[in-house]
Amino acid sequence: MESLIPPPIRRIVVEDPPTVVSGAPVHKPGNGSPAAFATIAHRQRPARLVAPAERMTLERLSVTYGQKKAVDSVSLPVRQGEVLALIGPSGCGKTTLLRTLNRLTDFTATARRDGRVLLDGADVDLLDVTELRRRVSMVFQQPNPFPMSIFDNVAYALREQAQRRPRRAVLEPAVVDALQRAGLHDEVAEDLDHAALRLSGGQQQRLCIARALAAQPEVLLLDEPCSALDPRSTEIIEELIVELRKEVAVVIVTHNLQQAYRVADQVAFMYLGELVEYGPVDQVFGSPRAQRTRDYVGGAFG
Amino acid sequence: MALAGLTRPWTDRRAERTLGAVASIVLVLIATMVVFVLAKAWPSFAHNGLRWFGGGGNVDDQLKAIFNSPADPNKYIYTLHAWPLLYGTALTTFLAVGAGLVFATLAAIFIVEFAPPRARAVLEPVVRLLAAVPSVIYGLIGILVLVKFVGEHLISEGRKASVIYVIQLSGSSLLVAVVILTVMITPIMIAIIVDALRSVPRGWVEGSAALGANRWRTMWTISVRVARPAIVAAAVLATARALGEAIMLSMVSGSVGFAPNPLDGLTFFFEPTRPLAATIVDNAEGLSVKPFGQTIYAFAAVLLVSSLFLSLGGWAAKQPLKRYAVRT
Amino acid sequence: MATATPPSVPIHATPPPRVVGVSWRRVDRVGVALCWAAGLLLCAIAAAIVIFMLIQGLKYLKPSLLTSHPVSDTDQSKTGGFLDPLIGTLLLTVLGTLIALPLGVVTAAWLTEYGRPAWFARAVESGIEIVAGTPSIVLAIFGLLIFQQHVFSFLSFTAQGNAVFGRSFLTAGSMMALIALPLIFGSTREALNAIPAHVREASYALGKTKIATIRRVLLPSARTGIGTGTALGMGRIAGDTAIVVILLGATLQLDPEGSIPALRTLTGTGGTLTSYVYNNSPAGEGNAPQKAYAAAFVLLLMVLALNFAIDAVARGRRTRWSR
Repeated sequence: MESLIPPPIRRIVVEDPPTVVSGAPVHKPGNGSPAAFATIAHRQRPARLVAPAERMTLERLSVTYGQKKAVDSVSLPVRQGEVLALIGPSGCGKTTLLRTLNRLTDFTATARRDGRVLLDGADVDLLDVTELRRRVSMVFQQPNPFPMSIFDNVAYALREQAQRRPRRAVLEPAVVDALQRAGLHDEVAEDLDHAALRLSGGQQQRLCIARALAAQPEVLLLDEPCSALDPRSTEIIEELIVELRKEVAVVIVTHNLQQAYRVADQVAFMYLGELVEYGPVDQVFGSPRAQRTRDYVGGAFG
Repeated sequence: MALAGLTRPWTDRRAERTLGAVASIVLVLIATMVVFVLAKAWPSFAHNGLRWFGGGGNVDDQLKAIFNSPADPNKYIYTLHAWPLLYGTALTTFLAVGAGLVFATLAAIFIVEFAPPRARAVLEPVVRLLAAVPSVIYGLIGILVLVKFVGEHLISEGRKASVIYVIQLSGSSLLVAVVILTVMITPIMIAIIVDALRSVPRGWVEGSAALGANRWRTMWTISVRVARPAIVAAAVLATARALGEAIMLSMVSGSVGFAPNPLDGLTFFFEPTRPLAATIVDNAEGLSVKPFGQTIYAFAAVLLVSSLFLSLGGWAAKQPLKRYAVRT
Repeated sequence: MATATPPSVPIHATPPPRVVGVSWRRVDRVGVALCWAAGLLLCAIAAAIVIFMLIQGLKYLKPSLLTSHPVSDTDQSKTGGFLDPLIGTLLLTVLGTLIALPLGVVTAAWLTEYGRPAWFARAVESGIEIVAGTPSIVLAIFGLLIFQQHVFSFLSFTAQGNAVFGRSFLTAGSMMALIALPLIFGSTREALNAIPAHVREASYALGKTKIATIRRVLLPSARTGIGTGTALGMGRIAGDTAIVVILLGATLQLDPEGSIPALRTLTGTGGTLTSYVYNNSPAGEGNAPQKAYAAAFVLLLMVLALNFAIDAVARGRRTRWSR
């Protein structure tokens, strides 16, 4: 579909400029127990990139299901080179928000959207939806590899995008590359025609990530990708996510605060559909500005 | 249930045995049916051997000869080469099931994915309606409308003349038979395939859409592929129905035991035929004549054995469906 | 697609190369078009059948047809109506259902509640499937074979020379029961399976035997399902022609046989709407398409009314098992 001349990108003014922040935890005494996080051993998060490009922008986005307001006027940037974590208690609208980014809410008849979502400046509603979903890929909570071979799974998006059905030789390098980026290649290299459903849960989820990466998306959405997995698989996938942010913008929804702390660069805390706080991870966990954030991060409710 | 007061309450063991006995009536019935029909049909097979299934000669003439057998049991005539009938049966069945399968799959995809909600609300009762129409009504419309139409407008005089020495072309033809048979078996297939498409796990459908596949490709590469066992089961069910259709086919396919010749080109579709079931109906009056009756029972035996195999095949085809709990 | 205007500070990571994809290939569009065509064709066919039968039926149906007996006559205006076939249809449907109902319900109850030994249960299940898949013409022929044995001579007319005729309402009704059996069985089984385990457990906990539970608790709860199956079976019986043509003797009028008053009709021969339509069409002896249309119209109305009733009931009542 023909796009309009994109309006100039408006910068969402947030509190602190994205300066380089060292990986060490900010140890600020304060209420709540950010100290708990600080004492937990965590991975040394590699330095964030300078001035990451803003790939997606949410402008006063609201989503209502019938009468119920699931997301209430949320404005957020999604930048490449960053992992944005959406945290909040159950039912706070973070999954709905995520699903709006690639217009999966279109499947629900009662869903209504207000506000805009911009992808590289273009309004997402004006884009062809399949085009949008190729640029914004999603990995779901339950691993859902298709009932096909591993190769066919990863090659799925590539086959659907091509004009003419590409031959296997053409697809093979892209598939291998996607599997390597997902950290799965070493484990499945011998038999790419193995049935995907026979893999273990963690492997299946990494396969889904590889599948999402194969189409070279610009934004990767992850909906609680590790909630159904064991700790070892979780660790592998978290390392993967941190690696991936170089190439794609990553948005991850998680109800696991420790995971958000380990993985994210920016954190958005949502409560009952509203965006309560947004900021760098150390600030949101270390010295949250809103009382409710403090309560949530401290474990008062959830 | 007033009798319960008169007799002592049943123990579970007694109840189980009684109920089990009633349940076994079905099995007794089937066993009896198979044994009796095969036994009655046996002389016809015995006298002809494997040539019963072969070709040679005019089937109708052979049937007439059997009917006119002399009264002496030693001089009964049994000669029959039933190939034209078998061929006609196979032809109508497979053409109808093939066409019906394509039609039903497309219609099912339409109902599940692309139909506007109001159209969907109309289509589902429509499918049930079509499935409920009695076969004699299909036959009536066929013989009074379609056969007349085909005979008067679609078959030219030249075509009739070209085959006049072999067979006479009236409207009763393979074409009408296959068309109506397709319409008859499609609704059942649509119902099964729609159920199966709707039972495809949502995760796969969403996953495919999230990867940027459009609605058609999601439906085709994921849903239809997952619904393949259901499509097979539907095909088997439809084949059984088409095989056993007697009344409608006896009305529209022609009353000649002729084997349509594909080498005739387009005329192939206008040639009459008479599948096995229709043959039985057409010749039912002569059942009292012994050799003739036995020949007719031989036809019934062929149908019975075929439907037994189809039932087994259908059961085997439905097993994978249990995985997705599709109702058939 | 327009790319973002980069901020003044150079970015360190460049976006991955964009693969140009196509949303809808031509093949896809063709596929969707074919689906639409199939859907529209379906509607068109159904509409054509209904409208055509409506027109023809209304054209030829007169109330007198429903109340006068059919008479054999070469003059079409004197051949009367189809009262007897109409009664025949109703009679046969009721008869067939009466025989099939206990058989189907008991078999389904046994299968869901007992079902031991396992091989036997599977055999019974397959048996019902086989009956469902057997063509009605084969059932008819088999019926004739069975009921012409002397054991069953009480069911029909016996001619001079001791040949059992084998054709009567009772014999046809018995075979019709086999047509309805799988439907009643299937619906009952579904209905019984839908009853959650806690209902049964509650009954057992109160000390009731299994059979009493079945009789007093489960079957009454499965009423709707059984009703649906019965109605479906009745629809199929009403619409079947092959068994009627072979096992009912195809006499125009009800031809009672024997001396016991009510039983006379049942052991006698007759016809139904379906055989009437068949005989009056060019395929049968008569050549009265007008009467055929009228009778077919009445038959269609009956079957459609039955199916609409089933739909309405099946949609309306949905037993709630817990609050």
